[in-house]
Amino acid sequence: MSGAPPLLHRRRLLAWGALAAVLIVLPLLFGKSFALSLLCQAGIMVIFALSYNMLLGQTGLLSFGHAVYFGIGAFATIHALNRVDHGLPLPVTLLPLAGAAAGLAAGLLFGYVSTKRAGTTFAMISLGLGELVASASLMFPALFGGEGGVSGNRVVGHAVLGISYGPQIQMYYLIAAWTFVCIVAMYALTQTPLGRMANAVRDNPERAQFVGYDPQSVRFLMLALSGLFAGIAGGLSALNYEIVTAETLGAQTSGIVLLMTFVGGVGFFYGPIIGAVLITLLQIALAGVTNAWLFYFGLFFLVMVLYAPGGIASLLHMHRRLWDAGRLARVLPAYAWVGPPLLLFFGGLIGLVEMAYQRADGDDMTMKVFGSRLDLSTATPWLAALLAAAAGLALLRASWPRVAEAWRQALASAEGGEE
Amino acid sequence: MEFTLISLLNGVTYGLLLFMLSSGLTLIFSMMGILNFAHASFYMLGAYFAYQISVYLGFWPALLFAPLLVGLVGALVERYGMRKVHKFGHVAELLFTFGLSFLIEEVVHLVWGLSAVDYRVPHFLDGTLFTLYTTAFPIYKGFMMLVSVGMLAALYAALTRTRIGLIIQAAISKPEMVEALGHNVPRIFMLVFGGGTALAGLAGVIGGNAFVTEPGMAAAVGNIVFVIVVVGGLGSLPGAFIASLLIGVIQTFSVAIDYSVADFARQIGFHVQVTPTLARLSISQLAPMLPYLLMVGILIFRPRGLMGARES
Repeated sequence: MSGAPPLLHRRRLLAWGALAAVLIVLPLLFGKSFALSLLCQAGIMVIFALSYNMLLGQTGLLSFGHAVYFGIGAFATIHALNRVDHGLPLPVTLLPLAGAAAGLAAGLLFGYVSTKRAGTTFAMISLGLGELVASASLMFPALFGGEGGVSGNRVVGHAVLGISYGPQIQMYYLIAAWTFVCIVAMYALTQTPLGRMANAVRDNPERAQFVGYDPQSVRFLMLALSGLFAGIAGGLSALNYEIVTAETLGAQTSGIVLLMTFVGGVGFFYGPIIGAVLITLLQIALAGVTNAWLFYFGLFFLVMVLYAPGGIASLLHMHRRLWDAGRLARVLPAYAWVGPPLLLFFGGLIGLVEMAYQRADGDDMTMKVFGSRLDLSTATPWLAALLAAAAGLALLRASWPRVAEAWRQALASAEGGEE
Repeated sequence: MEFTLISLLNGVTYGLLLFMLSSGLTLIFSMMGILNFAHASFYMLGAYFAYQISVYLGFWPALLFAPLLVGLVGALVERYGMRKVHKFGHVAELLFTFGLSFLIEEVVHLVWGLSAVDYRVPHFLDGTLFTLYTTAFPIYKGFMMLVSVGMLAALYAALTRTRIGLIIQAAISKPEMVEALGHNVPRIFMLVFGGGTALAGLAGVIGGNAFVTEPGMAAAVGNIVFVIVVVGGLGSLPGAFIASLLIGVIQTFSVAIDYSVADFARQIGFHVQVTPTLARLSISQLAPMLPYLLMVGILIFRPRGLMGARES
């Protein structure tokens, strides 16, 4: 195993160049204000999810309180912003550094308490610390702004080279620049001895100890650095929304970052990037369309845990291996077999869920579907949806072995072909 | 004196209820090595099932059937969910229960709505059991104590005095050996998971009407239960018992004490003009933080918990 190519390898440089180009070009393609705010949110979440994966994927630490570092970074930045308004000589461009410092400080403090143990104990401590900070935040209104939060104004001081951060597009490029720097920095970290030792501590702490490293201090360092990057993400979100509330620190933010990272794939560096972008898009797109979006999120997460614990990145990786061996065409017919039952099952399920939410919402017992009206007080639409879901499930169970068999054959022939 | 006694009684009642939750969680933890994140969700399901059953059949059938129903749901979750993710490791199992808690809460929103349901104490248990000085102690609190203690005695007897209890204890510590002796260990696991969730369901049945039955109740009690099992020591039933009573009493006392560090300073003769915010906060304002402070303190000074032995 030679591992991933080093940071400045030619192929890697090409990838960094492509990333920078994409970040620069994206707002030119999707320049509308809605799409732009979506991109800003996605960029922030990419940094946050990657920082989370430094713990979960690279060090094997499952945290339920990562929002603490994000939130503390956000509060530090918004307070710094308000100080700039009162004469603190610091350009707004560098304000996320205040978030980074606060996130690092919080990481050092809480990391000292929590990284003594790994595994379930760490997970529980992180949950407890998260709740501790979240409940403390409501007690100190001077610092955390109570229920209303702390707000600021990012357009302060003189515009430098015409950049005032008034227009959203300027904010986007600030976020994009920070995102780029953070992605490169976090990737570089995986290549350092610390990053490697983090993997060793994750896989086999005893052996890491025999090589001469203290697993506890490796975990501690990783957590502190992860807090730093989460603080940057929090700082950017403070600048972007110009308001920070206590919810930023809360359990829901911690849950969302876990969801993003896991769905994207913890085993690959780029996994959380996919997850963060996808979940941000879904969050905003679904929340606009249906009231049931939280339900779909939960369901999606459970399905991923049950059937694809490696996340989307590992699914992509599997297919890329077949593609490289020129055997991808062999599994596609099997997919065609599974496709219709899958559609039928999810169609029925979504129908049931949507009707249930419509019914729970109140008085309107009719629902518009493809231009025609359904009367939800009769049994017919419910039975039809239930039948579709059940039939889909039965057909899915019957046709799934085809996929498994096609994969087995394709893999066997790919390995045979390489020899 | 009156305040101390009545708060102590209330605290013990609440602590016993918490122990019903934490005992199931501890059993499941000893067996699978993971904390069931959805445990408090089963508590919530217990309350909602009991509400629904009591609407049609009354309180006594609800007391019997709701925990059984919750236990059945728990057993199904173990059979078709937990067992599947088990091969992916502890993190996947933990994440599965995390996602499950999320989904259960959404389903509760969906079926029973966003606001609290009208699940009340039955009228024949409504009233005063005895009056202590001037404060009345309700019958229902006494009933809660009775059910909790009865349940715990039954659990203790079942685990230590019956054959199935002995096999469960053996399967928890040496699953391979028990399997080699011809017992169906996966089925025992399913049984314990179902039993643990049924205990949570029972706690929901008697706690749901004493407090309030609403979709946030799982989140409200869930984190406290985690604090208890960590403070008591992961996997230790006696530890969970002590920690449950401790937290129950601390929470009951702290919400009622309107006293701050600044007050204390004033009483012993310090008069400070500008007091820091922290010193001005009264204990009742700090109440939500206290369990977590206790947990962090325990983890710093005694990382294995009060009675814990298991290294993770």
